[in-house]
Amino acid sequence: MKPKTVFSKIVPYLLLIIITLPIIVGYSWIIISTFSTKTHGLMPVDRAGNFGGLTLSNWNFIFEPEIWLVTFNTTILAIGLTLGVVVVSMMAGYALSRIKFPGRKAFLSMTLILHAFPTVTLLIAIYFVLKWISGIPILGRGLPIIGGFGYNTLGGVILVSMALQLPLGIWLMKGFFDNVSWDMERASLIDGCSRFRTWREIMIPQIKPGIAALSIFSFIQGWGSFIIPYSFMVNANKATVATYLNNLLSETAPTNYSMVAAVGLFQLLPVLVFYIFTQKYLLSIFAGGVKGSS
Amino acid sequence: MTITINNLVKKFGSVTAVDKVNLDIKDGEFVAFLGPSGCGKTTTLLMIAGIYKPSDGDIIFDDRKVNDLPPKDREIGMVFQSYALYPHMSVYQNLSYPLRLKKRPKEEMKREAQRIADLMGIGHLLNRKPGQLSGGQQQRVALGRALIKKPKLLLFDEPLSNLDARLRISMRSEIKRLQRELGITSIYVTHDQIEALTMADRIAVIKNGVLQAFTDPESLHDRPKTLFIAEFIGNPPMNLFVAEIKSENGKLYAIIGDVKIEIPDVRRPKKVVNGNVRMGIRPQDILIDEKEGFDTEILFVEPMGRDDLIVCKVGDMQIHFLVDPTTNLKAGNKIKLKFNMQKCQYFDMETDLSLLWN
Repeated sequence: MKPKTVFSKIVPYLLLIIITLPIIVGYSWIIISTFSTKTHGLMPVDRAGNFGGLTLSNWNFIFEPEIWLVTFNTTILAIGLTLGVVVVSMMAGYALSRIKFPGRKAFLSMTLILHAFPTVTLLIAIYFVLKWISGIPILGRGLPIIGGFGYNTLGGVILVSMALQLPLGIWLMKGFFDNVSWDMERASLIDGCSRFRTWREIMIPQIKPGIAALSIFSFIQGWGSFIIPYSFMVNANKATVATYLNNLLSETAPTNYSMVAAVGLFQLLPVLVFYIFTQKYLLSIFAGGVKGSS
Repeated sequence: MTITINNLVKKFGSVTAVDKVNLDIKDGEFVAFLGPSGCGKTTTLLMIAGIYKPSDGDIIFDDRKVNDLPPKDREIGMVFQSYALYPHMSVYQNLSYPLRLKKRPKEEMKREAQRIADLMGIGHLLNRKPGQLSGGQQQRVALGRALIKKPKLLLFDEPLSNLDARLRISMRSEIKRLQRELGITSIYVTHDQIEALTMADRIAVIKNGVLQAFTDPESLHDRPKTLFIAEFIGNPPMNLFVAEIKSENGKLYAIIGDVKIEIPDVRRPKKVVNGNVRMGIRPQDILIDEKEGFDTEILFVEPMGRDDLIVCKVGDMQIHFLVDPTTNLKAGNKIKLKFNMQKCQYFDMETDLSLLWN
């Protein structure tokens, strides 16, 4: 084999740098502008246009109670969505992977079609459904923290987001369950497990990477979701971080882009932290006691 | 525990995987299900385990019909080809899991797991995860897990298929020894006839979901009731060819090409349709006999270590047989062969049923 020349080592890096440059520049701009009065390109400048003008005033919003209310709401939304999607998907995915029942195939293809539906087309129909749920006592709008499952409640937003996220989750979980050997499940049934216990103690541990992946997807989806909370929460600026951000853009004139960038970075941080702690898990490959399969 | 299977049928949609199988397994017996892959032997086993529900027929343990009994209540242990260990649990947790499910006290779980592990020779591995064990060690854990709850019936689903040849031989005798010592009724599914012939008290040969024979290894080998059994059992396989049967002066002759051989009275085919039969003879029952044999020429020689497998042309058929390697025969040599006609098999051309043993 020919020894690698310096040139052939550099080219891949060069290509990667060029491709990722727009993203890197974008993130750099966000970080720089949150700490500056104004920016010219990536250069922080003061009002007169001279280099400098570094400031922390863009972060003043974190002293307002409103941002903490929307952060709390967004957290509840993301966690509620994640829990709901993961639990339902684990059960539905197992059933669809392992149990024969009438309508199984139809159900699978229906969920796929549902997933292909653009959210926007469903908004008006969902509005009527949520209005109807609001009429149900307690469940409608009488629950603590999430408010209920009706219109203008956090629970309602969670419910709708879940419904839209579930097809992906169910298919993902079904795929993971499909890869667990039947023999292992049979062994546990013979060892004395009930079907439910097999699911909980034998099957779920085998698909942990899948659960981790789905949790991360769902959490990020919930954390960044905009259109659903924006449509179904009346006070959009008091709903979630995303709607609060949108509010900043549209209701303050002239728009303070540095502040928008600061709120954006604020929204990004938890996702980044969450990702750093879970990516190892996502990449972990299971070394199992199963060899070959029948 | 005795197991009685009556007219067992399993259908998957329109496909019949198991077709009216009848078996009667005695207490403490070691039975092998033998057949090519996809013949329904594993399906039968899984019905006995309670994983599949029979479409028709009965499974009876002792005197109790167990058709609808869930697997956990059947007092069985099972060993799988893929081992099916729980990868997230340690060896100790794997072994003690059946006891944990029975809510046994912790001391008993520890004691029993240690006892079984020592019996299996894996006592020093209790804290490892299955992924850190070799194939043979994993198989021992799987066997230990099946044994720990003292089952009344042990089921094996091709447990040695994933092991290397040497390990397979030692595990074979080990399983056989354990089964003898513990006296547990066992069913062993395999497609490897050597495993079945060496381990089992009786062998059930299954083809396309239909039971072909259920008998001891010796009669399966020496008195095959169907052409399928004759072809399937024995290594190297039996020579099978068409022979014309002729009666002259009260004596019966088999004519193969231009070779004419007398059939001894004690081994006459019971009936011959249209003068032709399918005749079979095992490679070890063909001898070189320079005085009485018929002429033939060696096509090629396959050294197999202990023996040489010689391929000869008789008529337009190829005949395989075994000789001592020291005879030093080569392709092209002319030799004289003699069939041991006391060991010949005859099968009906139409029905494939034996003309000797039915």
